[in-house]
Amino acid sequence: MSDLRDLYQEVILDHTKHPRNFGALPHPTHCASGRNPLCGDQLVLMLEVDADRVRDARFAGKGCAISTASASLLTEAVKGKTTAEAHELFTRFHRAVTSVAGDEEAAAGLGKLAALAGVREFPTRVKCASLAWHTLEAALAGATEPVSTE
Amino acid sequence: MRLDPEAIAREFPILSRRIHGKPLVYLDSAASSQKPAAVIDAVSRYYETSHANVHRGVHTLGEEATSAYEAAREAVRGFIGAESAREIVFVRGTTEGLNLVAQAWARPRLGPGDEVLVTELEHHSNLVPWQMVCGQTAATLVVAPIDANGDVIVGEYARRLSPRTRVVALAHVSNALGTVNPVAELAALARRSGALVVVDGAQGVPHMPVDVRALGCDFYAFSGHKMYGPTGIGALYGRREVLEATEPWQGGGSMILNVTFAKTEFARPPERFEAGTPDIAGAVGLHAAIDWLRALDLTAVHAHESELVAYATQRLGEIPGVRLIGTPRERAGVISFVVGDVHAHDVGTILDGEGVAIRAGHHCAQPVMEHFDVPATARASFAVHNTRTDVDRLAAGVRRVLEIFG
Repeated sequence: MSDLRDLYQEVILDHTKHPRNFGALPHPTHCASGRNPLCGDQLVLMLEVDADRVRDARFAGKGCAISTASASLLTEAVKGKTTAEAHELFTRFHRAVTSVAGDEEAAAGLGKLAALAGVREFPTRVKCASLAWHTLEAALAGATEPVSTE
Repeated sequence: MRLDPEAIAREFPILSRRIHGKPLVYLDSAASSQKPAAVIDAVSRYYETSHANVHRGVHTLGEEATSAYEAAREAVRGFIGAESAREIVFVRGTTEGLNLVAQAWARPRLGPGDEVLVTELEHHSNLVPWQMVCGQTAATLVVAPIDANGDVIVGEYARRLSPRTRVVALAHVSNALGTVNPVAELAALARRSGALVVVDGAQGVPHMPVDVRALGCDFYAFSGHKMYGPTGIGALYGRREVLEATEPWQGGGSMILNVTFAKTEFARPPERFEAGTPDIAGAVGLHAAIDWLRALDLTAVHAHESELVAYATQRLGEIPGVRLIGTPRERAGVISFVVGDVHAHDVGTILDGEGVAIRAGHHCAQPVMEHFDVPATARASFAVHNTRTDVDRLAAGVRRVLEIFG
């Protein structure tokens, strides 16, 4: 295993201890919930989309360090993006956390989100990092059923 | 007799592994124990020398396999103090045993107004099958609560017993907290109100001598793989009169006396409940595990593990920020804890990096997690091969968690 510090990087620990955009959004246009039954992680992602652009994003719920940090970083990353750009970011992120080690290209262009690419060395934790992102996809698609990573 | 855990550990090939460059400390035996060479060898030897299908052929190998399989049944009988080997049904594990009781015994007998009483401590495997059968029969599931320490409140349990109570299903030992239920006392109360007593023994048999007649239960189910045996094999004890009265569960070969298109006559127990080719090699491995464990002496096993649990309680308890979940009167084999506000899965990952394998999660006992208002816990569980050094490595790993999340 690579060093645990590759998984628990400063940016992840920071976002876990001080999650950004945490709490309810007063008037969400899109909303989805996701859960990981194995861990007990659960979160709700709320978006305010106007003219096909994500104006605001917040999340609530509880989970492990990886899933909390991932949700926090997601809300920062998608704000101001068009829904197409948000979807593109999901694809890029998904590739980064599931690609084989050493595929540096996959993490390129992710900015701070690249910190989460370390989970690919920890197969059991990939779903922790992915939960918020699958929930994002569901919210954008207008899903009504909760997302599950199992 | 005192155990020599270092010598015992050398009998487990897997324990010589290094995990992430560090010697493995295996503290997840409550999920599944590792296997001593005696068990692995017995299974290999069976396949290399004596395998054939059981209860069928007249050839030599068929006879050898049948006699090995039936010898395993006799070993289980002796291991748990049953009166007759006919009271021992081989199943895949505890879960299958409990489902068999729920579907074959309870389902035809339950109806509206009837009640099934479980405790708040139960593993999902001794809860969901009862929920299912209650749904199928319109019977009611009733729960006996636990107190702040994680002990079943005997008064509350007794208050929930009535002539409507048809089944009482309870764990011998809680897999999430390690609570040892006073099964003999609870079973006696249940019998007085005429209820069938079903015990989930998955966490009982690896840790202490078990005598089903002294416990006074009607059914007792356990798994081989949590007591140093192979996966895929377990046993269900059923008291003779009860088992004789129980309808068949699955149909197929081996469980019949005579079959025509008009009618099938079913075999007596235990064959009645063993349709299809059983896990013969698993039974042989279970037999080896029983012999191995009995040679160590289960009273000594219990004493050794109790000492480790006490030592772990002390070592973890002195770390600031660690909270032990559950402080039952009597505990076997398991300690649950949370580390500050760090999620159990992060604790598990960091400990794994230190070579220490523990379980992190809800332990298939979500109602217990809810009771203590935690989403999940870290759980260290102990086996005969664990040492005080293993506990020290656990404590050092927990300190590392606090360092990273400090």
